[in-house]
Amino acid sequence: MTAPVTAASVALDGAVPTASPVAEAEAFAPSRGFWGHVGHRLVRDPVAMAAGAVILTIVLVAIFAPWITPMDPYKGSMLRRLRPVGDATYWLGSDELGRDMLSRLMVGARLSLFMGVTPVLIAFAIGSSIGILAGYVGGWTNTILMRTIDVFFAFPSVLLAIALSGALGAGIFNAIVSLTCVFVPQIARVAESVTTGIRKRDYIDAAKLSGASALTIMRVQVLGNVVGPIFVYATSLISVSMILASGLSFLGLGVRPPEPEWGLMLNTLRTAIYVNPMVAALPGLAIFIVSIAFNLFSDGLRTAMEIRQ
Amino acid sequence: MLLYILKRLLYVTPVAFGVSVVCFALVHLAPGDPLSAVLPADATQATIDEMRAAYGFDKPLPVQYAIWLWHVLQGDLGTSIATGRPVLGEVARAVVNSLILASVATLIGFTFGTLFGFVAGYHRNSILDRAASALSVFGVSVPHYWLGMVLVIIFSATLGWLPPTGAGPDGSGNWRPDFEHLRYIILPAITMSVIPTGIIARTVRALVADILAQDFVEALRAKGMNEWGVFKHVVRNAAPTALAIMGLQLGYLLGGSILIETVFAWPGTGFLLNAAIFQRDLPLLQGSILVLAMFFVGLNLIVDVMQTALDPRIERA
Amino acid sequence: MSVTTLSPSPALAQPLARAPIDARDRGGPAQPLLSVSGLQKHFPVRKGSGPKQVVRAVDGVDFETLKGETLGIVGESGCGKSTTAKLLMGLIERDAGEMLFDGEAVGSRALPWRAYRRQVQMVFQDSYASLNPRMTVEASIAFGPKVNGVPGRQAVERARALLARVGLEPKRFAGRYPHELSGGQRQRVNIARALALEPRLVLLDEAVSALDKSVEAQVLNLLLDLKAEFGLTYIFISHDLNVVRFISDRVMVMYLGRVSEIGPSDTVLAEPAHPYSHALLHAMPSLDPDNRTQEALLAGDPPNPIDPPSGCRFHPRCRLVAPVCSGTEPPLDPVGPAHRAACLARQPGSGHPDAPAVREAA
Repeated sequence: MTAPVTAASVALDGAVPTASPVAEAEAFAPSRGFWGHVGHRLVRDPVAMAAGAVILTIVLVAIFAPWITPMDPYKGSMLRRLRPVGDATYWLGSDELGRDMLSRLMVGARLSLFMGVTPVLIAFAIGSSIGILAGYVGGWTNTILMRTIDVFFAFPSVLLAIALSGALGAGIFNAIVSLTCVFVPQIARVAESVTTGIRKRDYIDAAKLSGASALTIMRVQVLGNVVGPIFVYATSLISVSMILASGLSFLGLGVRPPEPEWGLMLNTLRTAIYVNPMVAALPGLAIFIVSIAFNLFSDGLRTAMEIRQ
Repeated sequence: MLLYILKRLLYVTPVAFGVSVVCFALVHLAPGDPLSAVLPADATQATIDEMRAAYGFDKPLPVQYAIWLWHVLQGDLGTSIATGRPVLGEVARAVVNSLILASVATLIGFTFGTLFGFVAGYHRNSILDRAASALSVFGVSVPHYWLGMVLVIIFSATLGWLPPTGAGPDGSGNWRPDFEHLRYIILPAITMSVIPTGIIARTVRALVADILAQDFVEALRAKGMNEWGVFKHVVRNAAPTALAIMGLQLGYLLGGSILIETVFAWPGTGFLLNAAIFQRDLPLLQGSILVLAMFFVGLNLIVDVMQTALDPRIERA
Repeated sequence: MSVTTLSPSPALAQPLARAPIDARDRGGPAQPLLSVSGLQKHFPVRKGSGPKQVVRAVDGVDFETLKGETLGIVGESGCGKSTTAKLLMGLIERDAGEMLFDGEAVGSRALPWRAYRRQVQMVFQDSYASLNPRMTVEASIAFGPKVNGVPGRQAVERARALLARVGLEPKRFAGRYPHELSGGQRQRVNIARALALEPRLVLLDEAVSALDKSVEAQVLNLLLDLKAEFGLTYIFISHDLNVVRFISDRVMVMYLGRVSEIGPSDTVLAEPAHPYSHALLHAMPSLDPDNRTQEALLAGDPPNPIDPPSGCRFHPRCRLVAPVCSGTEPPLDPVGPAHRAACLARQPGSGHPDAPAVREAA
C-alpha cells in the first residue's frame, strides 16, 4: 500500500493541503464507476456483442416493420400458398394462406418481442420492490412475503403460465399478466437474497446514522448495489419469457389470428410440415435466434459484472 | 434424520396449503360463469340457479374453498364438466403417461448431461468443453415445441422412420413397454430431454471442475492414487448434487410438458390440460394443476431429504 | 514514523480548556457530554432444543465522557466494545440502561434519536465495507447533509471542503470510488463523512486498527487536529494499547461485557489497579528487546459470555484470585483520583487477603 506519506505533517500545520501530497505515485484514469467498467468489459466480449447486434437488428426490424416489409403481411393468395424458401417473389416462401413469410416474420417480431420482454420488465419492477423490501426490512415482513413467494415456486413455470392464461382466457393482455405472475416470484427471490447480503454492511449502518429514512436508504444506498445482479438475472429470463410467450400463442392462449406472431404462425403452419417443412420451421427458428441471443447477451453481461473490487 | 424429515414436512405444509389456495383461486379468476361451457345458450334462469346450487357455486367463497378442500383431502377432485367423469381418474391416467415420458426424457438427459459434464469438467477450456457449453446454451434457449416439430419434419415427414404423433399404434390410449410403443416415445422423449441435458451438463461440469481443483484431489494423487481412483472420488462427491438436479428436472418436465405433449399428441397431463382449457372444463383444470403442483412439492421434499442423506456435508439441523 | 516514537501532543495536556464552546452546548463544560448507566444488551442464542440462552454481550456498563476529552475503550475481542459502540449509536436496541447526552435522555421527547444522531457520528473499522462501493466518495460524504435538508450543491461543496480538510485534494479524489483509494485514504473519507453532519461526539470503533503502522500514525494525528479544530469529543475503541495511550485522556478497560477499570490514561496504563489491565499491559508486544515479556500473564481465551463465571468474571484467569472472588461481584469503586476499578483486592473490607485495610471514617 502506498500511503499518504506527508499528509500528517501538513495537517499538523493546520493548513489545508491544496497541492495534495497525498496522491499516490501513479495517476488514475478518470473514474468510470461500476457501470462504466461493466460497459467497458462488455464491448470487449465478442460473443456478447454479436448477440447484442442480433437483438438490436431484430428490435429495429420490429420497430420499422410496417414501413419496410416487402409485401403486405395480411394479404393472402389462394393460388400461391406454401411457396418454398428462395421463391423469386416470396424470398422466404409463403404461408398456408399464401401470405409472404418474410413480411409476416418481420411484423411478427413486434408482438413476439413485446410479449416476451414486457412481462420481464414489469416483473423486474414489482419483483425487485418486493425483494428489496423483504430483504431490507427483514423479520416478519420478510417471512410473510417470502413464504408467499415459496408457494409460487411449487409450480413449474410453464405450468403456472399455462394455468393462469388458461383460467384468465386467451388474449395478449392475459398472457402478459400470466407471464408477469410467473417471473415476479423468481425475481423477488433473487432481489431478496442480494439485499439480505448487503443490509448488514457498515455503509448501511453509516447511512442509518445520518438520519436517513428507510425509504431513502433503500433508494440511494441499497438500490445501486442490488440492481445490477437483479437486472442480469432478469435479462436471463427474457429468453424463457420469449419461449413461453410464443408457446402460449402456439397453444392458442395468446395472440389471435390473423395477427402475425411467431408462436401462432408456428402453430398454424404445423399442418404444412409435409408440404413445405422449411417454411413451417421458420417462425420457430426466429424464436430460437432471439432466445439464444438474449441468453448469450445475458451471460456476457453477468461475466462483465463479475468485477472484483 | 427422522427429525429432519419431520422438519421438512412441517415446512412443506404451509406451501401445500398455499398451493391449494392458488388452485382454488384459478377457477374464480376465470372470467364469466364457470358453468357457461355446459349450459345451453337458451337455459332459463331456473336451470342456471339449479346448476349453480348443484356445483355449490352459490355459496360464499371461503365456504366453497373449505368444502372443496375437504373433498380434495378425501381424494375427490370433483367431476369433469365436459365428460361427467371424476376428475381424479382422468388425471391419474394422464399422469401415468406423462410420468413415463418425463422419466425417459430425464434418464436420457441425465445420461448425456453427466457424460458431457464430466468430459467438459475434465478438459476445461478445450474444444470439447466449448462444445458442451454451446450445447447447454442450445438446450435452454431452444423453444422445445419447435424442436419437436423439427424432429418430426426430419424423422417422420422426410425420412419416415418414426411415427409423428400419438403414444401407440392404436391411435391414442396408454403407452405399453413393447417395441411398437417404444417407437412412439423416441421423438417426444428426445425433444423433452434437451433441457435437462443442458442443465445437468452445466451443473456437472461446474461440480467436476470444482472438485478437481480442490486440495484433496492433489493429495490423493500425491499419495499415488491412480486416475481411476481419483475419478471414483469425483463421482462420489458430485453424485448427490447431480441426482438432486435430476429429481427436480423430472418435476419440471412433468409440469412443463404441456407444449411438447401438444406437439406429439401424447395422451398425458399436458394434453388433458389443453383439453380442459379449451372446453373451459374448470374442475378438470383445477384438479390437474393441483395434482401436478403437489407432485412437484412432494418431489422437492424427497429430493431434499435424499440429498441430505447422501451428502454428509449438509447439516441436518 | 512508528507509534512508539510519538509523544502526546501538547493539546492533550488541558483538553477541557481547548474545547471551544459549541452553540448547541446546554449544560456547560462541567456537564459530561455523554453519560451512560446500566447499559445492557443480551443476544438470544438458539442452540438445539435446550433452554433459551443469552450472550451477555454488554452487561451493565456505566461511564461518562467529558466534553472535549478522548475516552479510550480497550479490551480483548468479545469483551463488548463493539456492541457498546453500536448501542451508543442506536444501531442495536438496548435492553436496559440510560443514556444522557449533555444532560438530556437520549430517545426522550427533549432529545429524540434523530436529533441525537445529528450530534454523534461513528467511524467504522473496515474502511471498505463502510463506504458504498457504487457511490463516489463525494456522494458518500454529501449523503448525510442532503438527507438532513442541506441543498444538493451545498452538500457537495461541504463534502469537497471536508475532503480537503482530511488531506485528500477534492479535484483528484471527489469523483473516485472506494476501490480506487488506499485503506488510509478510505479511512480519511470515512472521517470526512462522519464530520459532514457537524457532530459533537465521534465514536471511532477500531478506526485505525486495519491500517499500516505509518498510515495509522498519520490518521491519528489528523484525528487530533480535527478534534482541536472542531471542538470534538472522541470515544476511541481499540484493542491496541499503544494507540489508546497516544490518543486518550482517559481509558476504560472492559472485560466480558463489564467495565473493569476506568481512569486517567497515564494512571491506568502506567499503574493499573485491576489485574486484568495489568495482564493486558504485559501481554502487549514491546518494541524494546530488553523489555520483552517473558511469561504469558493472560492465559487462554476469555470465558464464554453465555455463561460468565460467578462473582468477579475475571477470577478464573486472575493471578490474585482468592476464594472470595468467585462469590462476590466487585463493584466499580474509586481506587484513586478519578480512578475506579472493579477488583476486590483493591477494595477495603472486601474479604480479599490483598485488600487494603479499612480506614475508619474520620
